[in-house]
Amino acid sequence: MNAARTIAGLGLQEAVRRRVFLIVAVLTVCYLALYGLGTWQAFEEVESESSSFRGVEPDVVTGAYLLGLNMFGTLFLGTILAVFLTLGTVRGDAERGLLQPLLVRPVPRRTLLAARFASASLVCGAYVIVVFLISMTITWALGGWWPDRIVEPALGLAASVAILCALSLAGSVFLASTANGIAVFMVFGAGLVAGLLGQIGEALSSDTLSDVATTASWILPFEALYQSALGAITADTVGFTRLAIDLGPFGGAEDFGPLLWPWAIAYLAIVGAIALRAFAARDL
Amino acid sequence: MLELRAVTPALAVSDLRKSYGRTEALRGVALEVGEGELFGLLGPNGAGKSTLVKIACGLVRPTTGSAHVAGARAGTLPAQRALGYLAELFRFPEWQSADEVLALHQRLSGSDGGPRERGELLELVGLEAAADRPVGQMSKGMQQRLGIAQAMIGSPKLLLLDEPTSALDPAGRRTVRRLLEELRSRGVAVLLNSHLLSEVELVCDRVAIINHGEVVAAGTPAELSKPGGVEVETAAGSRVFAAAGRDDAPRIVRDLVSAGEEVYGVRVLTSSLEDAYLEAVGEGAR
Repeated sequence: MNAARTIAGLGLQEAVRRRVFLIVAVLTVCYLALYGLGTWQAFEEVESESSSFRGVEPDVVTGAYLLGLNMFGTLFLGTILAVFLTLGTVRGDAERGLLQPLLVRPVPRRTLLAARFASASLVCGAYVIVVFLISMTITWALGGWWPDRIVEPALGLAASVAILCALSLAGSVFLASTANGIAVFMVFGAGLVAGLLGQIGEALSSDTLSDVATTASWILPFEALYQSALGAITADTVGFTRLAIDLGPFGGAEDFGPLLWPWAIAYLAIVGAIALRAFAARDL
Repeated sequence: MLELRAVTPALAVSDLRKSYGRTEALRGVALEVGEGELFGLLGPNGAGKSTLVKIACGLVRPTTGSAHVAGARAGTLPAQRALGYLAELFRFPEWQSADEVLALHQRLSGSDGGPRERGELLELVGLEAAADRPVGQMSKGMQQRLGIAQAMIGSPKLLLLDEPTSALDPAGRRTVRRLLEELRSRGVAVLLNSHLLSEVELVCDRVAIINHGEVVAAGTPAELSKPGGVEVETAAGSRVFAAAGRDDAPRIVRDLVSAGEEVYGVRVLTSSLEDAYLEAVGEGAR
């Protein structure tokens, strides 16, 4: 336990000393400022536009679109953070000669992986939750709109980045740092494409596209969690407003049902088991 | 009454084999490093020396055979707790100071030596003045000395040093030599993997030469060095009796004196460890 705490602390300390968190904080402030500006402008435009469709609440549609867009941005930033905190954990650090002195101390390999996962997922999870909550507050302050659910989408985003942390850590056992970073971003992109395919399938009423998107989202559950989180912000919205939201680029989120969270936990366990097995067999 | 006690070697390796795909890095290596013994491991690049050290550390798994550290199977926690390791290629976080590096390794190894142990180790490797200097601002030689100090955290029974002096200047090498002698006096066993034959010859109690994954010669440096004859300096000049050894020297002097020659000096010639090494690994190593 002491070794796990020390390894977890070492990873975070390195991020602090290398000013990763400082840069992330500064850029996040810029991102939120940009979001605030966009939100203010969008609500101004909506308020001045009097010819809205009857039965559609423009502030709800605008708020849901903006926060949905923001959630995608937040997940993307969280993914970048997750990848850069974990991409070289095993092969990268071993090639640089950083890993061997730690493992011989001794630090069991499972402890090292678990500690690095815990620290990275905690930091990235906290990051996306905080950014989501601030964005939500900005949306309310400038447009007067709250999402229908708060906890569920926040946790969904945090779980998404936790899965990406696990994938990146597992990838670091097999791949060198650069290759692993590219691989994780491509997997993230594949999940994004799966989500877009689902929306296109919904719009075109194509069962095949919808099935492909659903299957891909189960295989890459960070996308399913993101979509569920997206759906949760307008979970109680009905009528024409619901219809208008569903037609938008961030509105066609699918509800993956009660099995999603158990599957996400099982998925983490499977990825962790594969990573541990491969790490245990790896010569350093 | 005489008490017989079985002494557990610091490192015991038996019929150790390691294959990377079709490449056999180790082919049945067997050796023992006793308590408090300074053991030198020599061999050309790719001979399998680092693989052997890494197996002892638990970083590489053997294909067959066994390796035990202080009686515990290599790679297990008790074995790793009994050893200190300096890798050939290692790096510490550049942002950590020397003291922080040692404190980190104290925490990981469970050492309760605290600041006193860190101070002693830094002094031992000549880095007491650089305790607060970040690793990124240290020369390679300083980092290597810090690596040796790190390996000694927790007073291990066995130190595995893989090329510990490769980046050191002559003064740094002398510091490490003194350090190794100090370790021997404290009863710490050391497996020294080095290319510097003169260094190994100077400090090691025993030496093993590895080539193509096999131990091709082993023994004390004196045992490995072969007689090279007796050189006698007379009024007529130097004469070498190539077939003679140390025991023949008095007889040779007697014979020369009785033959009326004046003897000014006698020198018993032996080959160096370098000669023994080159003979063991073949001309390709020259």
